[in-house]
Amino acid sequence: MDQIILQFLNGLDKGSAYALIALGLTLIFGTLGVVNFAHGALFMIGAFCAVTFGRIINVSHEIVDETKLDFLGRPLKVQVPYVKEWFGDVAGSAIIDWTVPISIVFAIPVMLAIGIAMERGLIKHFYKRPHADQILVTFGLAIVLQEIVKAFYGANPIPTPSPAHFAGSLDFGLMLGFDANAVIYPYWRLIYFLFSSVIIGGVFAFLQFTTFGMVVRAGMADRETVGLLGIDIDRRFTTMFGIAAIVAGLAGVMYTPILSPNYHMGMDFLVLSFVVVVVGGMGSLPGAVAAGFLLGILQSFASNSSYKAAIVDALSLKDTFLDTFIMGLDQIIIYLVAIVILLTRPRGLLGRKGVMEE
Amino acid sequence: MSKLHMSRRGLIKTGAIGGAGLALPTIFTSSASAFTNEPTGSNVVLGFNVPQTGAYAEEGLDELRAYQLAVEHLNGEGDGGMLSTFSSKTLQGNGILGKRVDYVTGDTQTKSDVARAQAQSMIQKDGAVMITGGSSSGVAVAVQGLCQEAGVIFMACLTHSNDTTGKDRKKNGFRYFFNAYMSGQALAPVLLNAYGGDRQAYHLTADYTWGWTQQASIQAATEAVGWGTVANVLTPVGAGDFSSYIAPVLNSGADVLVLNHYGADMVNSLTQAIQFGLRDKQVNGKNFEIVVPLYSELMAKGAGANIKGVYGSMNWNWQLQDAGTQAFVKSFGEKYGFPPSNSAQTAYAQTLLYADAVTRAGSFNPCAVVEALEGFEFDGLGVGPTLYRAEDHQCFKDVLVVRGAENPTTEYDTLEIVEKTPVEQVMYAPDHEMFGGAEATLGECNPGA
Repeated sequence: MDQIILQFLNGLDKGSAYALIALGLTLIFGTLGVVNFAHGALFMIGAFCAVTFGRIINVSHEIVDETKLDFLGRPLKVQVPYVKEWFGDVAGSAIIDWTVPISIVFAIPVMLAIGIAMERGLIKHFYKRPHADQILVTFGLAIVLQEIVKAFYGANPIPTPSPAHFAGSLDFGLMLGFDANAVIYPYWRLIYFLFSSVIIGGVFAFLQFTTFGMVVRAGMADRETVGLLGIDIDRRFTTMFGIAAIVAGLAGVMYTPILSPNYHMGMDFLVLSFVVVVVGGMGSLPGAVAAGFLLGILQSFASNSSYKAAIVDALSLKDTFLDTFIMGLDQIIIYLVAIVILLTRPRGLLGRKGVMEE
Repeated sequence: MSKLHMSRRGLIKTGAIGGAGLALPTIFTSSASAFTNEPTGSNVVLGFNVPQTGAYAEEGLDELRAYQLAVEHLNGEGDGGMLSTFSSKTLQGNGILGKRVDYVTGDTQTKSDVARAQAQSMIQKDGAVMITGGSSSGVAVAVQGLCQEAGVIFMACLTHSNDTTGKDRKKNGFRYFFNAYMSGQALAPVLLNAYGGDRQAYHLTADYTWGWTQQASIQAATEAVGWGTVANVLTPVGAGDFSSYIAPVLNSGADVLVLNHYGADMVNSLTQAIQFGLRDKQVNGKNFEIVVPLYSELMAKGAGANIKGVYGSMNWNWQLQDAGTQAFVKSFGEKYGFPPSNSAQTAYAQTLLYADAVTRAGSFNPCAVVEALEGFEFDGLGVGPTLYRAEDHQCFKDVLVVRGAENPTTEYDTLEIVEKTPVEQVMYAPDHEMFGGAEATLGECNPGA
């Protein structure tokens, strides 16, 4: 039982990231009708917002420490962050330590600006073009963006730790009456899950309870009629693109302590997020969220080698093809589930009739 | 309709003339060039085939810096670096055999097919007489095979799988870098000393040739000092999030996690293992420990503070105090502003070793170079006395056991040298079962052309 709870918890944070990216993808597809393959790059840029903000916070001046030597035997040049001089050692260190959460404030305007620039500068020219053209141009854009990031930040992952307060893990097992260490869950992953729940809730509330959201939902259902009513739906949809970029960016910012940012991380998440959108149902926001968590949790369960080994032993499949298949299930489980769901429910879990069916 | 009339004598004559005509170009070719890309002008071209994009780009770019530095030194530019400390004194800074050294570079993208295509282009289009590079064993094995077929020398750079000089060894291929078996043999006694003999290890292993041989090697070495092995779980390369593989570890009965990962995978799996608080836990009445069998400076930088106290092994480290290391660090550091990685040192050493072998052989002919390198003993390139063993073309030298520094003073000294394991401890027979057994052979030297 403890193993089941453990893998369920593990699936939550990965599912949270899938859900946030898929939510943004669905928002863009639902409003603008664009299949945005550059959405993973927005997740990656969000992560690099945290890296950039960290570098800004750590802007330093150089002092020479005559008591220490550098690798060439010269007096060591030591970097002293200005923030420590301005706010004192304790407060300055605390600001540096809390770089990731604070960088949310930095990432929101940056991602909004990038989202709007991307939509106005490039993607709007492809609204009336076939989906294949949209996919090609956004995929190309994603490659350009990741190469730019690589040129500035290099190809290696950049360590971006969580605040020291959230280091370590919570022993859920003890709270549930299991042995110590039976069910452990890192604090930061718990925060990530709560954070993504708030963001998802916020987006739904925004669409459900504001006039702006109501117009957007109406536009998603029938764009032409809303336009005929004299509402500038294009401007609202551009704003929605910016909001979707913020959602992807914030997902990236908060994911940095879990996965050290590298220029390729967006592409790694993009393919799986598209599967999530298709399984959830093209254009369905609740479907995207539900599928994100579902597939994240399933992937987590499929990664548990002890379950798989038990199945192999129980069925006496050791050293057969099925042994290899079952042990490698974690790498294909999402696609297998996608096939099953699309065969039984061709529009996905919560898909609407008529979306991408022309 | 016309009809061809030909006598028997006429047919024989025509056949003989035609046959001679067809054979003529071959005769000219073989007399013009005894081996592939024989340098005929005033220069010689070397091919540096490294990842310049993709997951191992940073390693590849550091290798490229070292290759360029080696070319400078061979051509008599710069301060000469290790030329003055290298025990073989044949290199005088006047190129190789008096020919100026030029080079071409290729981007392998850490993909075997791309790396082979790049190497082929360097050989056929650019006339490269030697190919070197690689930041992945899969790539190194693939390019080594191509060089064998093409008849050029392959001086492998960053490749740690036992297979490169094991079951996939080739007569035209040479490896200076150490291998997974050596890592295991060097690490096991240090781990025994640090953590005791009653330990249970859980392995997470990258699912490709390097991961498999690394895992088998470290498992065998640790079991030989009394450790048990609880499980070995293969993980996809580039998995990103390893949490679902790490989560079951604490409850598995294991008290040591061995991460047979490299590059970004190692950075992520180690970071996530630390996040799960593994090193803060106690299992079986002992502190839980993590081991990373193969380290690199660039990985250590990526993992940040997470590597503190974590043991691993390296081929070389810039903090060594011998004259060769100091000369190389000075050259590299003054040119680029930071110390070289162990990939860079391997790239530099392999280039010098090739140039020296050509000079001693007095020829660029690959078979003469093979003869010069086989059984070659040398010193002064950084890790002490070294042997290029004739039977498998593997270098044998001391191996470094390192540990993440507790209090690094700069971003460069994140690793500290714990022990320089003597070469005798990491030696093995050429027909060792982990290296292809008795069936593994180098084959014949191929001069090409």
